[in-house]
Amino acid sequence: MSVLVFEHVTYRYPEAEVAALDDVSLDIAPGELCLLAGLSGHGKSTLLRAACGLAPHFHGGRFAGRALVCGLDTREHGPADLGGVVGVLAQDPETQLVMNSVRSELALALESRGHSPAAVARGVEEVALALGIDHLLERSTHDLSGGEKQRVALGAALVGRPRLVLLDEPTSQLDPVAADELIGLLWRLNQEWETTIVLSEHRLERCLAVADRVIALHSGRVAHDGSPRSFLEWSATHAPALQTPGAKLFSLAGISPAPVGVKQARATLRGHGLLPPEQSPARVRAGESERPPNAPSRLHRRPRGVRPWRSAEPDAALAIHGVWHELRHGPAILRGVDLRLAAGESAALMGRNGAGKSTLLRHAAGLLAPTRGRIECGGRVALLLQNPGDYFLHDRAGDELPPDALERAGLGEMAERNPRDLSGGERQRLALAIVTGDGKAPAVVALDEPTRGMDREAKAALASELRHRASQGQAVLVATHDPEFACACAERVVLLADGRVIADGPAAELLTGGWYFATETARILGGAGGALGPEQGAALLRADVGLSPEAPVGAKVTVGTSG
Amino acid sequence: MNRGLFYRRLPSPLHTARAGIGAVWAIALSTAALLLYNPLALATLALALLGAGFGAGVGREIGRALRTALVVALPIVLVNVLVARQGLTVFARLGDLGPFGQGDLTVEALVYGAVIGLKVTVLILVSTLASLAIDPDELLRLLRPLSFRSALTASLATRMLPVLAADAQRLAEAQRTRPEGASARGGRGRVALLSAVLGGSLDRAMDVAATLELRGYAAAKRRAGRLRRPWSRHDLAFAASSIAVVGLALAGRLTGAASFAAYPELHMQLDAATLALCVALLLAVLLPLGDRRGIQP
Repeated sequence: MSVLVFEHVTYRYPEAEVAALDDVSLDIAPGELCLLAGLSGHGKSTLLRAACGLAPHFHGGRFAGRALVCGLDTREHGPADLGGVVGVLAQDPETQLVMNSVRSELALALESRGHSPAAVARGVEEVALALGIDHLLERSTHDLSGGEKQRVALGAALVGRPRLVLLDEPTSQLDPVAADELIGLLWRLNQEWETTIVLSEHRLERCLAVADRVIALHSGRVAHDGSPRSFLEWSATHAPALQTPGAKLFSLAGISPAPVGVKQARATLRGHGLLPPEQSPARVRAGESERPPNAPSRLHRRPRGVRPWRSAEPDAALAIHGVWHELRHGPAILRGVDLRLAAGESAALMGRNGAGKSTLLRHAAGLLAPTRGRIECGGRVALLLQNPGDYFLHDRAGDELPPDALERAGLGEMAERNPRDLSGGERQRLALAIVTGDGKAPAVVALDEPTRGMDREAKAALASELRHRASQGQAVLVATHDPEFACACAERVVLLADGRVIADGPAAELLTGGWYFATETARILGGAGGALGPEQGAALLRADVGLSPEAPVGAKVTVGTSG
Repeated sequence: MNRGLFYRRLPSPLHTARAGIGAVWAIALSTAALLLYNPLALATLALALLGAGFGAGVGREIGRALRTALVVALPIVLVNVLVARQGLTVFARLGDLGPFGQGDLTVEALVYGAVIGLKVTVLILVSTLASLAIDPDELLRLLRPLSFRSALTASLATRMLPVLAADAQRLAEAQRTRPEGASARGGRGRVALLSAVLGGSLDRAMDVAATLELRGYAAAKRRAGRLRRPWSRHDLAFAASSIAVVGLALAGRLTGAASFAAYPELHMQLDAATLALCVALLLAVLLPLGDRRGIQP
């Protein structure tokens, strides 16, 4: 029996003019790991809400068609009934934890359903062990990190051993390490427990390799439904905004098939002779290389123009001198940070959660005072904090900003809309316009995790806006977990760990050499040529086989594709 | 975010004891504070609570609560001095205060006000310690057999308080990052800010309500029982401490070892029996916190 069946489901939210889901039909078999793709506002979250009964039972609205979850019709069974067979994990872990301790949180769903005390205790123990959160059981939910909260929320969703797990952008608020761990965990659940998983995600490159199937939604309709590889082929022509960087790299270089992951991409390139073959263990042990040392791959040349970072301008827009932030009776969050940012320079602050990125930005904007060290600014520092919604005080976007400022932000037509009803990208633009003000331009524009929950189109628009500001002489400092966004908007990357700057240099150098803090293109090409984005990577591949920028690499290479 | 007044599981005997016993212990201390009037005994209780705070790993928070309690206690003393007329030892005359009569301030009224202030201080310290060291989820679970949903709602409220406090702090911070002239100022600005805070809280409430729906809140019809849990050394120690504290307070009242009368003239028992009572109280409160075995979460 199918785990999830939609038969011509159409759903419209109360007071909405258009349907969020429009004649959606699909059938998901037990044990499938299914990825939902699509731009923001095209129905991914609504589909998940319909699958767990929140739409229409909780959100109201008009529902047509039929949705069956493990044989239960969602028109007759609400979320509480469906909770026995469906687990749900949403974006924001903060709103998914309703109890004070982890043990109580995990126990709640079973207690609500009247399970015996022994069954509750056993269920909690098993799910904690399965997810590796047994050491958190006695901890308070207030004290958990973002990644830990998301794991506990996943545990709460899984404690009843549901057959279907629905996840709505669960990694959007996690750092790359925690996000990879979560995806790995889901894959393990799928493989070992045969749990059916439906996962909505913007950063498809993170999870495409583990997916069995991808369903792409456009304007509430199923635009594509097939294997990850067929999705990549479809997206290359029908939805370029959904392409993964790896697929775009291959598409621009004219190589096929598009890769679903880094491993497959490298195998294909190796098949084309564009990457050195992997060293056999015997040769590695002997310290030999299959390629003679005097004949390195052209993809391993040092990129031109990459030098250890030095700010060229003497007058800094922002100068941070040995700043410490030490909590009274607590740890030091910043430990002697030095950072100098010239006017017109753009830098990305990266590092895992808790590395000190947000604290550093707050210091730069004067929200916090250093316990030691000093900060000098060449003018006002406009800081956009993580949640753009926190800036909105009025019910009309037109009341938040004067008309000309709203027009400059490209939101002139949105004046009558409630700011909270705008899309993620629009809200971000409005909040940015609010903090930068309509008077004198700020010397520094700082943004804290601005791309959370944003699709690729919105990220590209924001990156373009930031590049424009930098070109006008404003220094840009962005704290982000997203290497693709960092390379799109910053020329320099500052890596923080435990409150210290551990690396500071050009993006082409810092985002090519790591596992986590590297773009997908850089990971595919092994950091070759300092290529960060698909365009640079494709140009490098063409140059490697001596082709003109227009000609596809595949036209020159005759080696069969692999993978 | 200031989480000063919210429960966190720390490695301490009080945190390790079951919530029900922790609550009984807090009630016993409050009862002792209400039974006793002897300033020395009350001061001993306050001192014991400060020690208990440090023993439970929340000494700083209890210290802050003491400062708050003193701010509350001071007006009590002042009002009592100004209002009470029973004392005989006048230390200041304010003359005729019209409808309030003669404004004679007495030492007895001052001391009695201080005793009441001390009682209030002890009660504030007890409630602070209880909110910091007793797991509200576990405590409210005890009430679930009576009303599952009410207990769950109360538990949710205790969870949401720090979350909403963090939300408010975030909103205030966002307003501080607005450029000069664009931030919320004046009455209208404050109303707009308040409306934004309320709007955010409602959004948050909607999300939490959706989560509760998915966890089967609406289907909660049957009572979930509780797994039998063996009594730990800390459960036993705090139960014994509760009995001892109430017993000592009663003994102090009944034997006169902790007798105290403010009016018409001050009379306070202060002999070996009083001192013994105070030492016993101190030990009864602090001894359970000295056993550090098995306290790691």
